[in-house]
Amino acid sequence: MTDDRELVAMRGITKAFPGVVALEDITFSLRKGEIHALMGENGAGKSTLIKVLTGVEHPDRGTIALEGKQVQVRSPQQSQALGISTVYQEVNLCTNLSVAENIMLGREPRRLGSIHWKKLNALAEQALGRLGIDLDVTQPLENYSVAIQQMVAIARALAILAVRVLILDEPTSSLDMQETARLFDVMRKLKGEGIGIIFITHFLDQVYQVADRITVLRNGKYIGTYDTASLSRVELVATMLGRNLSDLHAVAQAKVEIAPKAAHACVAEAKGLGLKGSLAAIDLSLNAGEVVGVAGLLGSGRTELARLIFGVDAPDSGSLSIDGQKVERFSPHESLKRGIALCPEDRKAEGIVGELSIRENIILALQARYGWFKVLNTQKQYEIAAQYIKLLGIRTPSPDQLVKNLSGGNQQKVILARWIVTQPHVLILDEPTRGIDVGAKVEIQKLVLDLVKEGMAIIFISSELEEVLRISQRILVMRDRKKVAEYAGDVNDQTIMHTMAGDL
Amino acid sequence: MNAPPPLKRIRESRLFWPLAALFIILLFDAIFVPSFFKIGVQDGHLYGNLIDVVNNGAPLMLVAIGMTMVIATGGVDLSVGAVIAISAAMGAVLINPALGDRLITNDILTKDATNTPLVIIVIANLLAGTLCGLWNGMLVSRARIQPMVATLILMVAGRGIAQLITNGQIMTIYYTPYFWFGNGFILGLPVSVYIVALVFIVASLIVRRTPIGLFVEAVGINPKATFYAGISEKNIKLMAYAFCGFCSAIAGLILSSYVHSADGNNNGLNYELDAILAVVMGGTLMSGGRFSLFGSIIGALVIWTFTLSMYALGVPDKALLAGRAVLVLIVILLYSDQSRRLLSRLFDRKGARHGATH
Repeated sequence: MTDDRELVAMRGITKAFPGVVALEDITFSLRKGEIHALMGENGAGKSTLIKVLTGVEHPDRGTIALEGKQVQVRSPQQSQALGISTVYQEVNLCTNLSVAENIMLGREPRRLGSIHWKKLNALAEQALGRLGIDLDVTQPLENYSVAIQQMVAIARALAILAVRVLILDEPTSSLDMQETARLFDVMRKLKGEGIGIIFITHFLDQVYQVADRITVLRNGKYIGTYDTASLSRVELVATMLGRNLSDLHAVAQAKVEIAPKAAHACVAEAKGLGLKGSLAAIDLSLNAGEVVGVAGLLGSGRTELARLIFGVDAPDSGSLSIDGQKVERFSPHESLKRGIALCPEDRKAEGIVGELSIRENIILALQARYGWFKVLNTQKQYEIAAQYIKLLGIRTPSPDQLVKNLSGGNQQKVILARWIVTQPHVLILDEPTRGIDVGAKVEIQKLVLDLVKEGMAIIFISSELEEVLRISQRILVMRDRKKVAEYAGDVNDQTIMHTMAGDL
Repeated sequence: MNAPPPLKRIRESRLFWPLAALFIILLFDAIFVPSFFKIGVQDGHLYGNLIDVVNNGAPLMLVAIGMTMVIATGGVDLSVGAVIAISAAMGAVLINPALGDRLITNDILTKDATNTPLVIIVIANLLAGTLCGLWNGMLVSRARIQPMVATLILMVAGRGIAQLITNGQIMTIYYTPYFWFGNGFILGLPVSVYIVALVFIVASLIVRRTPIGLFVEAVGINPKATFYAGISEKNIKLMAYAFCGFCSAIAGLILSSYVHSADGNNNGLNYELDAILAVVMGGTLMSGGRFSLFGSIIGALVIWTFTLSMYALGVPDKALLAGRAVLVLIVILLYSDQSRRLLSRLFDRKGARHGATH
């Protein structure tokens, strides 16, 4: 097939890692002025394919052609020189450098051998201007929200001269709706300039909003390329999962089943719990066997609430009692002993211990509760690991695999396993499904409902309203570091959205 | 998962490089200084270069064991040399038979006697080092000072403290029972070897049979996640520095006993650098995480085998440091990712890279 609009053509790409074939005979083509969604579950091979295209990994077999010419991409530098630019899933910037330095890093304009700061800042402003963003580029990046950092990462990718291919790997996972819309505007504009965009996301809505074509990968294999208009959502999901959708329905029904049994003993009660500069005083009671959803935009105080209850931060006002006992000392270790668990929002920084094996990651919290000297013997550790790998469907060749080698969704499952093993009374999940695929999302939601059935109390924090609505009995809405409303029973997403936005 | 071929497994083992380095040096000796391997018996004691390696290397091996724990938590302890001096000074002062006496004469000072029981001397000696370690640990874990800066304080101040303890004097020790630690023999082997073996075995049992080893590694890899997992990351660090201080104190005990004196300026000089080198050679990364106590022991042995081989060859003292620099250079080059990849490719032509993520 020769197509003069074809920008990138990857054929027969195969890449094996010890124990896993990450990519098997993959075909992928990208046209000029096209937004092409790359879809697939975690571990499907999307990230590896991108790494091959950007020269981070070298394929065992297969060819890459750029505008009809065969190329060998040996290093990220070379792929940049070819006009391929990437924004990775996790924001990969130096937060202590200024915005301008981040954007221009490695391409600083020079005058007489030293950096031409004025020009550097001007160029950075110009790069951000292309995205319609106006901010003080001399400020350190850490002063801005994750969303802005993401935009800076995109601006950095665009700042490369003559970008022909732009790869966006989960760019929207930390953006709110408004920011996402803005990003889409930018994407459409770039598309109009003839740039080919590879868009990786787990949000189906977004795919249907912007993508022209969709390529689906599953378990390292190429499944097919489709025009977005001719593929229905259900078909897409079914293709990605390689199975039917009854699982999705099971989650929707499960809620109905447990709702009547919700009236259990109160396991956690916060009265005026707050911390200056972090969270305004909040009242919250949590019963065994219920899911309390927390809805709110980024920075609304949802994570701060989780941190206070789990004891990462100590409150300076109010009180918290767990199982009727007032909490005096706040620390994760104390919480662990009291039966509170937290799956933190930032999986990479606060969750996984990458260089340790799956087994070691899973037993870490349990062992922490046992203390320094009571030993969990190795055989028992393997038993626990095997049990949870099976229970949560963690895809790995062995429990001795290092966690850093797992895909995002599987890492999340490892963290979940770490806490479920400790059999907590209260489990706080902060964005447990962020950046993971539909299949794993459904599995995690199902798991949450199973745990609740067993009498656990769960605080479920998520940016995805639909998800919060689906599995929560009560919903807490946060705004500007305050609890602004609490809904029980039937409430629709419109009401919650308006409450979140503050126009109700 | 396919098991890699045995040859490759050996090559990728953490201990491959330190053992290979040791083997190469010994091979060199076998060719150029065969006398290096001669072991004789005198008064029922073994002697020879190899015995000297373990005897002279004992303090470094001890410090390297402690340093391994600190480095595994993602830190470093620059003060070990100074702690050796403090601990040595502590021992010497307590031994001093004039201690508590009003009348100090040369006769009393040089008497082979002490007013302090040996047990107390040893305990005070170890306690001094452990307290130094706790101080470092407090600075790092509680005050959140970067390890290099925090331990630099004691590295500089420690030698001053050691001199304060000995009142600015180089104190010669005349008390014979104290010499046993650095010069004694049990069943033909130096006492220091037994001390190292004891500390190594106990430390290995503690880190591998209890979860402490796992916690230390977790802290070294991702302290934040470890804290979130309910592990007191602060106490793990505190423990590591205290243990390092304790190990340095034992080294101080052996060293001062070996040289019969306490010298605030010279006891344990440059030990921090040798210990770090030994740990790194042993396969523990400076960035923290996975560690190997045995690797560090081998690393220390490499350093001392090299040093004594140079002496045996007749390399003058002045040139020794340059020789060491070459050793360090080779080690650093061998350990770099680049050269490893190159070697990997040479060994298996297929060149399937390992450890890659996807």
